[in-house]
Amino acid sequence: MTAVSAASAAYIVAGLLFVLSLAGLSKHETARSGIVYGIAGMTLALVATVGLASRSVEASAIALIVVAMALGAGIGLWRAAKVEMTGMPELIALLHSFVGLAAVLVGWNGYLSVERGGAAQTEVAPELLGIHSAEVVIGVFIGAVTFTGSIVAFLKLSARINSNPLTLPGRNWLNVGALAAFVGLTVAFVASPGPGVLAAVTVLALALGWHLVASIGGGDMPVVVSMLNSYSGWAAAASGFLLDNNLLILTGALVGSSGAYLSYIMCRAMNRSFISVIAGGFGNEGAVVAAAVEGEHTPIVAEEAADLLRTAKSVIITPGYGMAVAHAQGAVAELTRKLTDQGVEVRFGIHPVAGRLPGHMNVLLAEAKVPYDIVLEMDEINDDFANTSVVLVIGANDTVNPAALEDPGSPIAGMPVLAVWEAEKVIVFKRSMSTGYAGVQNPLFFRENTRMLFGDAREQVEAILKAL
Amino acid sequence: MLIGVPREGRPGETRVAATPATVRQLTGLGYAVVVESGAGLVSSFPDESYAESGARIGSASEAWSADVVLHVAKPTAEEVARLRDGALLVSLLSPALDPELVEALAARPVTALAMDAVPRISRAQSLDVLSSMANIAGYRAVVEAAHAFGRFFTGQVTAAGKVPPAKVLVVGAGVAGLAAIGTASSLGAIVRATDVRPEVAEQVHSLGGEYVAVRAAEQQVSTDGYAREMSEDYNHRAAELYAEQARDVDIIITTALIPGRTAPRLITEEMVASMRPGSVIVDMAAAQGGNVAGSVPDRVVTTANGVSIIGYTDLPGRLPAQASQLFGTNLVNVMKLLTPGKDGQVVLDLDDVVQRSMTVVRNGEKLWPPPPVQVSAAPVAAPAPRPATPAPAAKPAASPARTFAVVGLAAALLFLVTAFAPDRLIENFTVFALAIVVGFYVIGHVHHALHTPLMSVTNAISGIIVVGALLQLGHTSALVTVLAFVAILMASINVFGGFAVTRRMLRMFTRG
Repeated sequence: MTAVSAASAAYIVAGLLFVLSLAGLSKHETARSGIVYGIAGMTLALVATVGLASRSVEASAIALIVVAMALGAGIGLWRAAKVEMTGMPELIALLHSFVGLAAVLVGWNGYLSVERGGAAQTEVAPELLGIHSAEVVIGVFIGAVTFTGSIVAFLKLSARINSNPLTLPGRNWLNVGALAAFVGLTVAFVASPGPGVLAAVTVLALALGWHLVASIGGGDMPVVVSMLNSYSGWAAAASGFLLDNNLLILTGALVGSSGAYLSYIMCRAMNRSFISVIAGGFGNEGAVVAAAVEGEHTPIVAEEAADLLRTAKSVIITPGYGMAVAHAQGAVAELTRKLTDQGVEVRFGIHPVAGRLPGHMNVLLAEAKVPYDIVLEMDEINDDFANTSVVLVIGANDTVNPAALEDPGSPIAGMPVLAVWEAEKVIVFKRSMSTGYAGVQNPLFFRENTRMLFGDAREQVEAILKAL
Repeated sequence: MLIGVPREGRPGETRVAATPATVRQLTGLGYAVVVESGAGLVSSFPDESYAESGARIGSASEAWSADVVLHVAKPTAEEVARLRDGALLVSLLSPALDPELVEALAARPVTALAMDAVPRISRAQSLDVLSSMANIAGYRAVVEAAHAFGRFFTGQVTAAGKVPPAKVLVVGAGVAGLAAIGTASSLGAIVRATDVRPEVAEQVHSLGGEYVAVRAAEQQVSTDGYAREMSEDYNHRAAELYAEQARDVDIIITTALIPGRTAPRLITEEMVASMRPGSVIVDMAAAQGGNVAGSVPDRVVTTANGVSIIGYTDLPGRLPAQASQLFGTNLVNVMKLLTPGKDGQVVLDLDDVVQRSMTVVRNGEKLWPPPPVQVSAAPVAAPAPRPATPAPAAKPAASPARTFAVVGLAAALLFLVTAFAPDRLIENFTVFALAIVVGFYVIGHVHHALHTPLMSVTNAISGIIVVGALLQLGHTSALVTVLAFVAILMASINVFGGFAVTRRMLRMFTRG
């Protein structure tokens, strides 16, 4: 057993541990063991790599490695401990950008240590040099797209920039043009590697990543974050090709394909085309005119809502992004406990794209200690609304919009929604009568069995608690 | 405008088109209401309570000569003659089965809306009297059956011996059938149900029934929310099923109706004869010719072997107060639709598909039959029919030929790329291709609640790129080392931060 073969063996084991980790994370029962596998795999991979590196570099380099990792670990653990669960989407988007940046740097390093040396370099056999150059360009490209795309997603999610979609004229042609230019630059770089061409690729990819995500509206961010997760995997895989490292390829492809599949599941849940997400800029096909919704809504106050809840037999709560914004999850959980104690059956109905991250609502409810077995997804609960006394819509809008099923002219037509209006009574917690992210008016508010409870979601839920 | 609510003239009609509660809603829409004296008596709504709600009590001619006449039953020729010119009549009309009535209405300069011609789309649910009445009828059918049945519904073990539960078969799981299933199972009976539409199985289960499928290749997917006629083969197999069930069950409730046709004959004389003495059959389709051989409309027939066949056609009317309230609310919802300004003025909008479907006659112009309305796919749920299930479910899957073509193309492309690649790349490609497939399958059944933790753990794992940077640091130039240092720092944040945040999230998930 040599050090190299030992490292290769460790890589295979680490790769399998990552597979087990992802598999474990698919179920509640195995989720915690899943993360243990993940950490074990990562530790093994890092130890093996540092061991491998220590044979060929000086002690000062090892010290640098330790310093960099310790710094990174410190920052990472600090951020992870500090982040609020409502801010989770931003943090994950930001973390994706780090992988993208690292891939860019690794790509540039690949160029600097091989092509830059010209004929004098010894790391790569001359006949493989062309392939190496192509790998450098591809790695830098994917990494840079991930980097700026994630930065834009982070800025939009944390409301530092306007979350409206950016619509440049001919934006699809811009994207296609960027891809064509990328192919051209790749050929140019393979023919004669130079820093100028690589810099051009980097700038081009940074601009493309920015544009791809900027042209997507804030309401569709869950899919975007999941897509960027996939991109960050592909970036790692591209670096693996560059460095001839199977662990990187395996892990990157694993993350890339699972992320892509997750995005695909979500696109299906929103009735969106998967291709148009990858291509960027969807959710603004405003050609058809939706039927105008008019009518009168019936407002109520918290005490009346409490009366309705007290006499209810079963209650379903459908939270949306508004619950996260108002930090109402604690109060909602308290309400759940109180109603359950009084013998009311309380369940939660979660739309696949509620919130700004897949599963966002689940995390918030879990934080507030709502038992996960009463938190059901749309398909599990949609048939039960007809037998439900009261539905509480807390900060959700487009995901409970009946126009999606009934009005073929609506921009969200065809998107599966929670059929809350089938319940006996629907109480909608809302700040005002404004529209949701899709900018579509919601006929639910004007239904006869709908009551509007205006005000801050948390304050209103607390007022109901008091009245109960 | 004035709304008139006459007393129902049809013998046995116990319902009334407005209750004190709906009168209040009608006046809220800006109308004046005149109720014929004694109109609500049979439904236990005395004149005084109408007067308290703001209605005027008047004579029959006053009610019939109002601008808008709300009525429950089909009007007779005399009643049509009493309408004044330009009046609007809203009532049951069964225009498909009664062309003479349609002609009689068209001969007068009046407008007539049929409450039994509401299209089955979710927006029109609140107007649909067929649903609201069927719901009551299904309940009452069970009550009638229980009344005629000489035993308990529920199984009991008593000091005086053990009582077996009654077995009930419900044929047709529409609104009435589902209401019957729910009522019978809440009385404790063992309930089975059949329907030509397999998608109702879930709804049957939700009400405590057991779905018994007809073993036939043909299955029906409803496009307009109603059942259609079935083929020979299907009917043959269904008959076998009914014959088998008839020998076993105590009570059969049939609800099979096809709009505008005579009801299909499902239970034959032999099947009735095979039932145990004391068994009960309720034929809810008796008015349309009956699902059961030997059923007589409005009568209870007892066969030679002691089976009672109940053919009541007025099942909703046997709960008059409830039926009037629901019917009246349906009528209020029609008036809401017709009164966009809430100013007591009727505006009939024939561009609206609901209003167009209901309008049989407009100012003496015959508008029946209306253009067909296609509902995307509307299975009925209890107690009221449910709006469309999501349309995309019906999206056709890609044809196998196309799938093969795509797979073939991808395989050929992969083959070409790999065949011309140097050895080193081949190994890399192998790992790459297999890992993609593994990644795809490994999260195939991820629980929806774990989307965020899964994403954050894959994010941590993609920090594996640190390995690349680790291998570069310390080689060749100082610039490389600096860049690698930054890359390691970035990727480490990812690795540690990602795992830590996932752990934090997972700790929160607890089972109740």
